[in-house]
Amino acid sequence: MAFGVFGGAPGAPVVEAEPGRRSPVALLLLLPGIAYLALFFVVPFVSLVITSLQAPDPFGDIGRYVAAFRWENYVEVMTRYWPHILRSFGYALAATALALAIGYPLAYFIGVKLRRFKLLQALVLVLVIAPFFISFLLRTFAWKQILSDNGPVVTVLQSLTILPDDARITGTPFAVIFGLAYNFIPFMTLPIYTSLERLDVRYLEAGSDLYSNPVSTFFRVTLPLSMPGVISGTLLTFIPASGDYINASSEFLGSAETAMIGNVIEANFLKIENYPVAASLSIILMTAILLLVAAYVRRSGTKDLV
Amino acid sequence: MASSGADLELQAVTKRFPGFTAIEELNLTIPAGSFFALLGPSGCGKTTTLRIVAGLEDPSTGRVLIGDQDVTRTPAHKRPVNTVFQSYALFPHMTILENVAFGLKRRGEKDAVARAHEALRMVELDHVSGRKPAQLSGGQQQRVALARAVVNRPALLLLDEPLGALDLKLRRQMQVELKDIQTDVGITFLHVTHDQEEAMTMADTIAVMNKGRIEQLGAPAELYELPRTAFVANFLGQSNLFTGPVVSSKGDTIVVDVAGRKVAVPTARAQRHAGDVTIGVRPEKLLLHTADPGQTAGVNVLGPGRVHDVSFSGVSTQYLVGIPGIGTVSVFAQNMVSGPAVADGAEVWVTWGVEHGFGLADEPGEEPRFDPDDDTQAIAVAQRKRIEAELEEA
Repeated sequence: MAFGVFGGAPGAPVVEAEPGRRSPVALLLLLPGIAYLALFFVVPFVSLVITSLQAPDPFGDIGRYVAAFRWENYVEVMTRYWPHILRSFGYALAATALALAIGYPLAYFIGVKLRRFKLLQALVLVLVIAPFFISFLLRTFAWKQILSDNGPVVTVLQSLTILPDDARITGTPFAVIFGLAYNFIPFMTLPIYTSLERLDVRYLEAGSDLYSNPVSTFFRVTLPLSMPGVISGTLLTFIPASGDYINASSEFLGSAETAMIGNVIEANFLKIENYPVAASLSIILMTAILLLVAAYVRRSGTKDLV
Repeated sequence: MASSGADLELQAVTKRFPGFTAIEELNLTIPAGSFFALLGPSGCGKTTTLRIVAGLEDPSTGRVLIGDQDVTRTPAHKRPVNTVFQSYALFPHMTILENVAFGLKRRGEKDAVARAHEALRMVELDHVSGRKPAQLSGGQQQRVALARAVVNRPALLLLDEPLGALDLKLRRQMQVELKDIQTDVGITFLHVTHDQEEAMTMADTIAVMNKGRIEQLGAPAELYELPRTAFVANFLGQSNLFTGPVVSSKGDTIVVDVAGRKVAVPTARAQRHAGDVTIGVRPEKLLLHTADPGQTAGVNVLGPGRVHDVSFSGVSTQYLVGIPGIGTVSVFAQNMVSGPAVADGAEVWVTWGVEHGFGLADEPGEEPRFDPDDDTQAIAVAQRKRIEAELEEA
């Protein structure tokens, strides 16, 4: 499983080549990877940086830009869109917390409780991944139908007077966070599962033998030993969730008030054709995520990911 | 928490797992302050017994009492019991000090860190208190596991084959250390092991377990000198066993007809006094003679037979003697003179004092004899394997 690579335990010892003896074969084998990265990461990234510094063409139409070093783009974008940036990270954080609250017990159940029932374990794992067999867009759209103003959830809640008659669910931050959490739960569950699946229950027995009640054993033994999975899972949820533009879009679960940075970038690139704004926003998003992740990984004290 | 240990009492404890019964109606009392060993082959129920005492397993029926308190339904974390696990189970994400202080901290003891250091000093490992378990050798980890348990001053310390993973030399060293620690702290030790030598050198009382029951319980010397069943006779050391009908039971000896030879056993040392019986004698009690020693009162004689294997092991020599109609008899002779005193192929007689014989409680059935093999070690291993195979079939 791809998550295993990301969420794994402390990696196998790296076999170091003898110093001073570079095998040409090794370099040759690295070549496709280097070429791939150069073509699909370095070139677009440089192009994005150049675009983010462009200025509007004084003589051209709307959507025409010329090369420049207009760093003011970044300042303008920040002053204009800082609420969207904050909202993005706020929603992503809430969705990650929600996915963790649902994904961890699920992973624990599959990885520890179902350990002795291999067939059942495999079946439940397939069920966790099963939503991936249906398109992300379709699944989100289905939720839009379920949560819509005339849909079953709102109708029932209104008839039970839990929701007022004019209230709605779609278009609210709640719906967006819910949608994000729903879509990324498998990314949260699988790495935690791989960590817990290897958890030696004898440590838990040792905990209870040493006067630790079940709650304390969980926080002092189980959770620390599954931290590599929790870190991978939260990163695999938080990073794509903060850049997501499907759930928050008004065509799906969001509205204009819930627009995240991804929606702003999408609008600027595809609709307004304001490429420098979209590009500088992209770079700000990327930098912010990198800084947040670096701080998080550093704080979690794991060397697995850095 | 009691610091001088407490009595442990198991009352009619039975543990059934789906498909088999691990423990059958076990009654056991372990007095406070003793070093008690549960000895038996793998699968005999000894580890299950220990887990029931620790609270990691619930008995199907029966009661567990620690110092007159019924703890049958008490969860593991509330029992005044600590365990040294076979795998040590040291928390890999904590330092050695954190591991040792864990139990004290969970109980809210104020001087947890100071006491953890003290316990680490006791096992001479305070200098590695900042390391992680993976950075320690097996022997060091074992000592940390011991410190982590002893530091809590439990009423009862459970040892689940904690020396199993160590090499022989380290194991002997740890046996001595464990025994010293037990004497020092005075905690009741319950030690589970399949190593009869370990049980005999360390424990003051041994219970030999087989198929979920206790076969015999007593001091090591008592069990060795007077085994009551063939299982004990063979699991604890080696034995030469013979079967035959009792032909007379006058006075203080019974006389058994072993393939035409009269063999006497003290009545007080025999479990059965009539019918077909199994009697035995330890190999080191036998003497070899190269000429017919004749009949003497108080001495049993078997022979003539032929030596078909001599294995010299330094302190002693083992002879395997084939006696027509009886089979192979094993003799351990101390090397009082240099080298083997009797050559392979020699004609010999074996004798032993009547007072060394014992009579078993088993129905004489299948021959519980040793396969003649080339050395003591191999015989012991073969015997162990055979018993284990039998157990797995059962």
